[in-house]
Amino acid sequence: MIRLEARSSTPTWFNLALPVAAVFVTLVLCSGLIVLAGASVFSSYAIMATAAFGDLYSATETLVRAAPMIFTGLAVAVAFRAKFWNIGAEGQLLAGAVASCMVGGIAMPGALGMSAMAIAGAIAGGVAALVPALLRVKLKVDDVVSSLLLNSVIFFALMALIEGPWKDSLSGYPISPPIQDSAIFPVFIAGTRLHLGVLAALLMAPLIWFVISRTVLGFSIRVTGENPEAARYSGINIDRVLVLTALLSGGLAGLAGVCQVGGVHYQVMAEISPGYGYSGIVIAMLARLNPLGVVPAAIFLGAVMTGADAMSRATGVPAFLSEVIQGTALLSMLAALLFMNYRLRFQGRAA
Amino acid sequence: MNAVFEQIFQVGFLAAIIRIATPLAFATLGEMISERSGVLNLGIEGIMLLSAMTGFTAAYYSGNLWVGVIVAAATGALMAAVHAVFTVGLGLSQHVCGIGITLFCTGLAYFLFRLLFQDSSNPPTVTSFQSLAIPFLSSIPIIGQAVFNQFTLTYIAMIGVPVIAFALYRTPWGLNLRMAGENPHAADSAGVSVKAVRFQAVVLGGAFMGVAGAFLTMAQFNTFTFGVISGRGWIAIALVVFGRWDPLRCAGAALLFAFIDAFQLRLQTAGVGHVPYQVFLALPFVFTIIAMAVMSRNASAPPALLKAFRKEER
Repeated sequence: MIRLEARSSTPTWFNLALPVAAVFVTLVLCSGLIVLAGASVFSSYAIMATAAFGDLYSATETLVRAAPMIFTGLAVAVAFRAKFWNIGAEGQLLAGAVASCMVGGIAMPGALGMSAMAIAGAIAGGVAALVPALLRVKLKVDDVVSSLLLNSVIFFALMALIEGPWKDSLSGYPISPPIQDSAIFPVFIAGTRLHLGVLAALLMAPLIWFVISRTVLGFSIRVTGENPEAARYSGINIDRVLVLTALLSGGLAGLAGVCQVGGVHYQVMAEISPGYGYSGIVIAMLARLNPLGVVPAAIFLGAVMTGADAMSRATGVPAFLSEVIQGTALLSMLAALLFMNYRLRFQGRAA
Repeated sequence: MNAVFEQIFQVGFLAAIIRIATPLAFATLGEMISERSGVLNLGIEGIMLLSAMTGFTAAYYSGNLWVGVIVAAATGALMAAVHAVFTVGLGLSQHVCGIGITLFCTGLAYFLFRLLFQDSSNPPTVTSFQSLAIPFLSSIPIIGQAVFNQFTLTYIAMIGVPVIAFALYRTPWGLNLRMAGENPHAADSAGVSVKAVRFQAVVLGGAFMGVAGAFLTMAQFNTFTFGVISGRGWIAIALVVFGRWDPLRCAGAALLFAFIDAFQLRLQTAGVGHVPYQVFLALPFVFTIIAMAVMSRNASAPPALLKAFRKEER
């Protein structure tokens, strides 16, 4: 008989081994779908890998894809650390995109315009996350449901804007007016889209790691999540910590929207986020809620997305494989986490 | 303004409410059964989408709509079983696992549909369910045409609500289910296998979610589109809260929501004022959040909801 036995300690190499194992299991499971589509598994994955990392341009495209997901991944990781169940990163991203697009349309010197966009986007995302946090703290409303529902509300608000006052009067397309040319994020390597937002995302991860692991706020966030009783006993105001966590988490998700507006689209449209907010949950879990782990996890998903498009063109396997991989990766990682706290023990029937 | 209201409140309006309420009622009851046993299933949105797709495909190829409904229910049950293995069997986070199921099912539905039907300009359709007038009852003025001239699946939902209410409150099955959600350790002491009870509740709930998806692609519409569910699963999660985990109240919540939805559809076609139509689309979500805030003081969530059950832990 096989049974699970609680572990007293977890070997450190597990932190790295578990996500790697989860990703491996995911790729093995999803290869079934490639076979179903009548393509060769190895060449399909090879095409994906080449398209994602094969040359400098591909690698920068993968990073450009990963950048908004680094922000949403950090947003979810911070929130889940405090056990604030923020499923609303998608809506907060959209709020950040709308706010930064509004500010980006105002004529200002470049550096000022970009900073204003970032601040506006972060505030909008933070305010959007404040709603479920306050509802939970003040009225004990379940944060999962409220943050989830808010995604739809914010999406419809965005649609009302781009099909209403923002609608392009010339073409009739539901898109916002573009931001000022001066507010467009500079690109580091000519001929690529490697923009300022990517650098900001890569720097944000260690910054958030520092906040979580080395500051008083980070300590309060961790204690509130791990042991609210102990937090209360040691004089931490849990409600205040939850509200601050929401502001931080929502602000980060809002920056994902800023990243897309300033660095990729230069305006807002309905397709500004292909579910980057939900991908943030996958990334945060793969990273085991560690801000530093968010970067490789986001790059992995970015590579899957870039790679899936190329694989679809070359082999005819639907590009939706990347969505299946995301879902499977989340479930595999969850299953792998079991081995953090438990080990399998094989024993005879007599025992 | 009077003309507008006349246009809105016709016999067809009442019938539309019941039609819109049907998939929501199935989904809400499915989620309610799962949550009453102590397991939140956030996979509902994806489960409904995948079931809508598999059910539609089965009906398309077999030429029999009921085959489609059965396949959809089986798909829902299967995916819910995956959720149950993770959350009940292994005791993993119900939130995160549910989101994982939704992501997985959504991706799989898109992937398989694109694989089967390619990117054709004219999407495949089926001849959808026809409404079935019940003799005598359907000739009652106003109510008759609205209530007793509906799809068979709608009648099943109408009968299903009181049946589930009876089963939940008056049978040993229902007692065990409620105990698993309210006090699993007491249930365990009484010799009930909490894990088995929760497992079957989640799977049964998933079958209901599957039928909800099937209704959308085979009765309300006659084709599968990527946006066919468009948040109806999330709404069902909210309706369970709104219906305070009670079958009759949940059905009532579905009807109330359907009323708002039918009303906004008519307002849109009546072209009232200059209000953007998205306001009406967002209204149900805003309304639910407000309702949750108002009702939170006497919340009656199953106490053990979200709590994994492990025999050895107390």
